Amino acid sequence: MTTTAAATAEAARSAPRRRGRAAGSALVRYGFIAPAALYLALFFGYPIVKNFTMSFQEYTSATFFSGVAPFVGLANYRAVLADPVFAKALANTGIFTIVSIAGQFVIGMALALFFRKSFPLSGVLRSMLLLPWLLPMIVSAAVWRWILEQDSGILNEFLSAVGVISSPIPWLTSSDTALIAVVMVNIWLGIPFNVVLLYSGLQAIPEQLYEAGEIDGATGWAAFRHITLPLLRPVVSVVLLLGVIYTIKVLDLILGLTGGGPANATQTIATRSYEMSFVEFDFGHGAALGNVLIVIALLFSVIYLRANARAAKKG
Amino acid sequence: MTTMLDAPRSPVTPRRRAALSRNSPARRGLRTTFGIVLVAIMLFPVYWMVNASLAPGGNSLSMQLLPLQPDLGGYSRAIADQGQNLVTSLIVAVGAAVLSLVIATPCAYALAQFPIRGSSTLLFVVLIAQMIPGIVIANALYTAYNSLGLLNTIGGLVLADATAGIPFSILIIRAFMESFPTEIVEAAQIDGCGHVRAFWSIVLPVSINSLITAGIFSFLFAWSDFLMALTLTTGQSIRPVTLGLYSYIGTNDTDWSSVMATAVIASLPAVILMIAAQKYIAAGATGGAVK
Repeated sequence: MTTTAAATAEAARSAPRRRGRAAGSALVRYGFIAPAALYLALFFGYPIVKNFTMSFQEYTSATFFSGVAPFVGLANYRAVLADPVFAKALANTGIFTIVSIAGQFVIGMALALFFRKSFPLSGVLRSMLLLPWLLPMIVSAAVWRWILEQDSGILNEFLSAVGVISSPIPWLTSSDTALIAVVMVNIWLGIPFNVVLLYSGLQAIPEQLYEAGEIDGATGWAAFRHITLPLLRPVVSVVLLLGVIYTIKVLDLILGLTGGGPANATQTIATRSYEMSFVEFDFGHGAALGNVLIVIALLFSVIYLRANARAAKKG
Repeated sequence: MTTMLDAPRSPVTPRRRAALSRNSPARRGLRTTFGIVLVAIMLFPVYWMVNASLAPGGNSLSMQLLPLQPDLGGYSRAIADQGQNLVTSLIVAVGAAVLSLVIATPCAYALAQFPIRGSSTLLFVVLIAQMIPGIVIANALYTAYNSLGLLNTIGGLVLADATAGIPFSILIIRAFMESFPTEIVEAAQIDGCGHVRAFWSIVLPVSINSLITAGIFSFLFAWSDFLMALTLTTGQSIRPVTLGLYSYIGTNDTDWSSVMATAVIASLPAVILMIAAQKYIAAGATGGAVK
């Protein structure tokens, strides 16, 4: 969201300077943005409006044959909120998002700090680290399913070989461990993204500050606490906000690993919304829950914007 | 001679000396070793995928730590089962990348270089668009596609998959074009070039790096897409490899070597681009978020 504010302000500032000679009729100029504007309207604007109206309609598989979708007021929302799975999915979404982001961020920061030190091959190693992020998520889900397999998965074999466990853990098939396993895989997936952004943020901090800090005796943790963290704050905000926004809507990974099961142990708002629309074929319910997801995403944006404004005020 | 060599070193302050020892060759070597170990741990799942794909018959009990007797059976079964899906994925991903560039580039240019009323609103919409959960879009698109006959079509998937590539490309290309000196475009216009010609023959060639970055990422987004494929296709006819892999996991639990061989093949574009287009990948990884 900083990006939004900054970009808008920047656009406002640069506009007068760019006026002047710029020739060409307004029609030509609008011609440049027309295709994008049309696409955004059809593929983002329309779905949001459609989702909103559908959430007040009885929109089921019958609708696709009859074309009739009667308005039912708030019935879909009532049904969705009363659905016993809803509370579970909401809690899971919270745990999944918070723990994933905490894990990704802490490990990502540690790796970014490590890679900031100069040593041979650091560039190559850093770019290899990107791989998990570039792979299709469903590929990662397939690989981890194989690693976490109860009877022959390498994780259980490793853990029992080193004597940590006595019997194999049913990672993805027990409702006690499934959410932990899914979060673990999601942390693995998110580390590269955190490393890349935090590393580029660290690169922007001038080396002289650390040299000056060293003279005043600020090294190690003190340097991190008093030089790195304050200067990295804007990047940290972007990383965490984007993290929440990406994590809250994760669907591929969960469907690929557990399908939301066992017994809804890994069901989130996103997977439940998918299930309602495309498994139970009740698009009204799916749309209502999808709107709950949008509201949660917006809520995080607002919290973030406020925190950011406060930080800016403090200077 | 010794004095001459020693002379420049003498004004080493204690601070510099500390810095030197922290960067001694031994330290650096140790860091490289540690870095290799870290990356090896992080990439172990990728290694394990390749290893499993080469295991004979996918019999899990005979899994070895190293594929000493590689067996390509998994790959031949994967290609037999998923070959058609791989072709579908390739067509859809190329289509989505081309569509993203065609739509995003002129818009990015306009946002960066023209005074247009509403351009800041448009930019805001682009940023917000990236935050909308895919399931919400899929939900509504399914109903629209159903009435338009776009379910189970390549075109339908290309259009839907570009939802990831277009906002991203607009932001990446715009960020580049912002830094592009306006004077060059203005000079071209004094020479009688219209906006269209200035864009086509001056701006585009100079912006090629940002176009490549945007194109690569739009391709990878579409290649990796699972949600749109899952919701907007219903049969076997049009089925990207991500979806093929998904149903493979469900039905082929016993034959892990062909599942993993499919996973390896589905990873190839990412791996190839990471190696061959490292510069562009690095630019895209940070550019989309921070700029």
